[in-house]
Amino acid sequence: MTYVIVGSCVNDAVCTEVCPVDCIQPAPEAGEFATTEMLYIDPDVCIDCKACADACPINAIYPAEHLPDKWTAYREINAAFFRQRMRS
Amino acid sequence: MKGDDAGALRVAIVGSGPAALYTAAELVRVGGQDVQVNMIDRLPTIGGLVRAGVAPDHADRRQVIDVYEKLARSGGRFRFHGNVEVGRHVSHAELLAHHHAVIYAIGASGSRPLDVPGANLSGCHPSSEFVGWYNGHPDHADLPVSLDCERAVVIGNGNVALDVARILLKGDDALVSSDIAAHAREALATSRIREVCVLGRRGPAQAAFTHPELLELGDLEDLSVQVDPAELASVDWRSDDFASTLRKATLETYARSRGVPNARRLLLRFMVSPIEVLGRSRVEGLRLVRNRLVNTSEGRVTAVPGERSDVLQTGLVVHAIGYRGSPPQGLPFDAVSGVIPNRGGRMLDGPGGKPRAGQYVVGWIKRGPRGVIGSNKLCARETVRALMQDAAAGGLPVPVRGGESFSPLIHARQPDVVSYRGWKAVDRFERQRGQGVRPREKLTRVDDMLRVARSVA
Ligand SMILES: Cc1cc2nc3c(=O)[nH]c(=O)nc-3n(C[C@H](O)[C@H](O)[C@H](O)COP(=O)(O)OP(=O)(O)OC[C@H]3O[C@@H](n4cnc5c(N)ncnc54)[C@H](O)[C@@H]3O)c2cc1C
Ligand SMILES: NC(=O)c1ccc[n+]([C@@H]2O[C@H](COP(=O)([O-])OP(=O)(O)OC[C@H]3O[C@@H](n4cnc5c(N)ncnc54)[C@H](OP(=O)(O)O)[C@@H]3O)[C@@H](O)[C@H]2O)c1
Ligand code: SF4
Ligand code: SF4
Repeated sequence: MTYVIVGSCVNDAVCTEVCPVDCIQPAPEAGEFATTEMLYIDPDVCIDCKACADACPINAIYPAEHLPDKWTAYREINAAFFRQRMRS
Repeated sequence: MKGDDAGALRVAIVGSGPAALYTAAELVRVGGQDVQVNMIDRLPTIGGLVRAGVAPDHADRRQVIDVYEKLARSGGRFRFHGNVEVGRHVSHAELLAHHHAVIYAIGASGSRPLDVPGANLSGCHPSSEFVGWYNGHPDHADLPVSLDCERAVVIGNGNVALDVARILLKGDDALVSSDIAAHAREALATSRIREVCVLGRRGPAQAAFTHPELLELGDLEDLSVQVDPAELASVDWRSDDFASTLRKATLETYARSRGVPNARRLLLRFMVSPIEVLGRSRVEGLRLVRNRLVNTSEGRVTAVPGERSDVLQTGLVVHAIGYRGSPPQGLPFDAVSGVIPNRGGRMLDGPGGKPRAGQYVVGWIKRGPRGVIGSNKLCARETVRALMQDAAAGGLPVPVRGGESFSPLIHARQPDVVSYRGWKAVDRFERQRGQGVRPREKLTRVDDMLRVARSVA
């Protein structure tokens, strides 16, 4: 399983500060952070600890299998971000 | 507020939007109880554009206000002075006289003007006013909005343009559970609008909107999102960019879809610019010109008007072409970039000029009207770092007046000042009025807010 960030994300990066395995990207230290539309969770690295979901001030993080209907596309979008990164 | 303020670093923050709140929280994080913050806003409410800009059907995002309010207050030495306008009730010089540092977080609340003939016809609204209207900003609650036409046009291709288009087309059922202002909910319930055209002056690859907002349009009930496939045919996408990949796929899906019969329509059109708003006493149409794209020598893609023009019949035009700040008298302003001139948050006496001791900026008035809520966080860190460096280097002027004389001054100038408790009373009252149906039912008039705030004074 993995956690997933949805489209309401406001890029305040509270989640990246608490993730024990640094799988939320881009982190504020990265140059990419300034232009990214939102943050994404790497499903292959996430250890399901829920720390990010508890910390997010606006509830923009859900467990993949409990995504509300309107956000289901974000499971694939989070994963695709990391696939595209690997390729480039 | 604990203790007296002897030895404390006294900081005034003008504004209470996300930039102000992040700044206050950051001051507490690095300075703890040694920092005392006076936060001043011209409205009785905290939140800035997170309250009055962020769309009512995105109200979950407003929760950042609660979180940062808590952090800002965690040092125990935070005061809110609402309903107080700097430049009207209290001057910049007076703030300086009472504080070691003054930080402007006043945002950019006006709209860039739409510079075409007819733009001031009734029925043509800048986004700052139209959004303020549906979000219940007291300045715009009485905007005369007429939704008595079949087609509305939104000019601009940013997220604000998509917000406006979505709110115009979202059915009553979906808005009932939002915190949209009651007057707007009622007006939209009897709206005759069946189609909204969103006009971008450049192509799909250059649009300023983000993918989450574009994708959300496709989820609206009883709505067809339409894109002319011909407009996508010759687009030069930057294929290495993740956001472009998503945007391309979603626009192609919209272009392929046959749409829902009899549904309302949202039309995304590209490479067109408005050249004239038509109508005698109010808006009746919009004349457009087709653009072509040209690469400039600096590597930018710009729109150049061509020969062909056409007219769209419409009774409502909203232009969402960007925001613009206007600082109070006595502060420097860079009219070209629309910001208070600064270097890393230190206010300068003019563009490229010298720093003004003890004076700082943060948020949209520092960077320009760009970026999401979270962008203001790193921005606040930078400004606070500059302030703390100046404090450590002995670079902050010693205030000539004691900290205890500030509140009496404010009370003398504005007897209707709203304290933090007053704002919380308004906040609670609005949430209760929501009755579990919606997150809150906003008060949209300052007088009504004051009545509620006084109940706890
Ligand atoms: C329509 C709209 C929708 C948006 N939606 C989103 C979204 O969904 N997600 C997202 O992440 N970002 C969104 N944003 C962006 C976000 O709102 C901004 O990044 C952010 O609000 C800018 O913060 P700020 O504190 O600089 O300014 P503001 O939020 O504008 O705050 C400025 C404050 O200063 C006060 N003020 C101004 N002048 C004075 C004065 N002279 N004296 C006292 N007080 C004064 C104002 O009353 C206001 O409270 C949206 C922006 C707009 C315009
Ligand atoms: N995440 C969210 O949900 C959300 C919601 C609302 C706002 N915001 C953020 O708030 C910021 C401000 O948003 P915004 O929409 O006001 O500004 P914006 O993103 O800068 O978009 C302004 C749009 O207006 C166009 N424009 C400017 N002048 C024009 C003219 N004379 N004629 C026609 N078009 C013109 C621009 O086109 P050019 O590119 O060609 O100049 C651009 O498409 C943005 O950073 C935005 O992301 C976020
Ligand atoms: S659930 Fe834990 S591991 Fe997974 S992204 Fe969140 S904080 Fe990181
Ligand atoms: S904490 Fe939430 S809103 Fe903030 S960046 Fe992370 S997911 Fe986005």
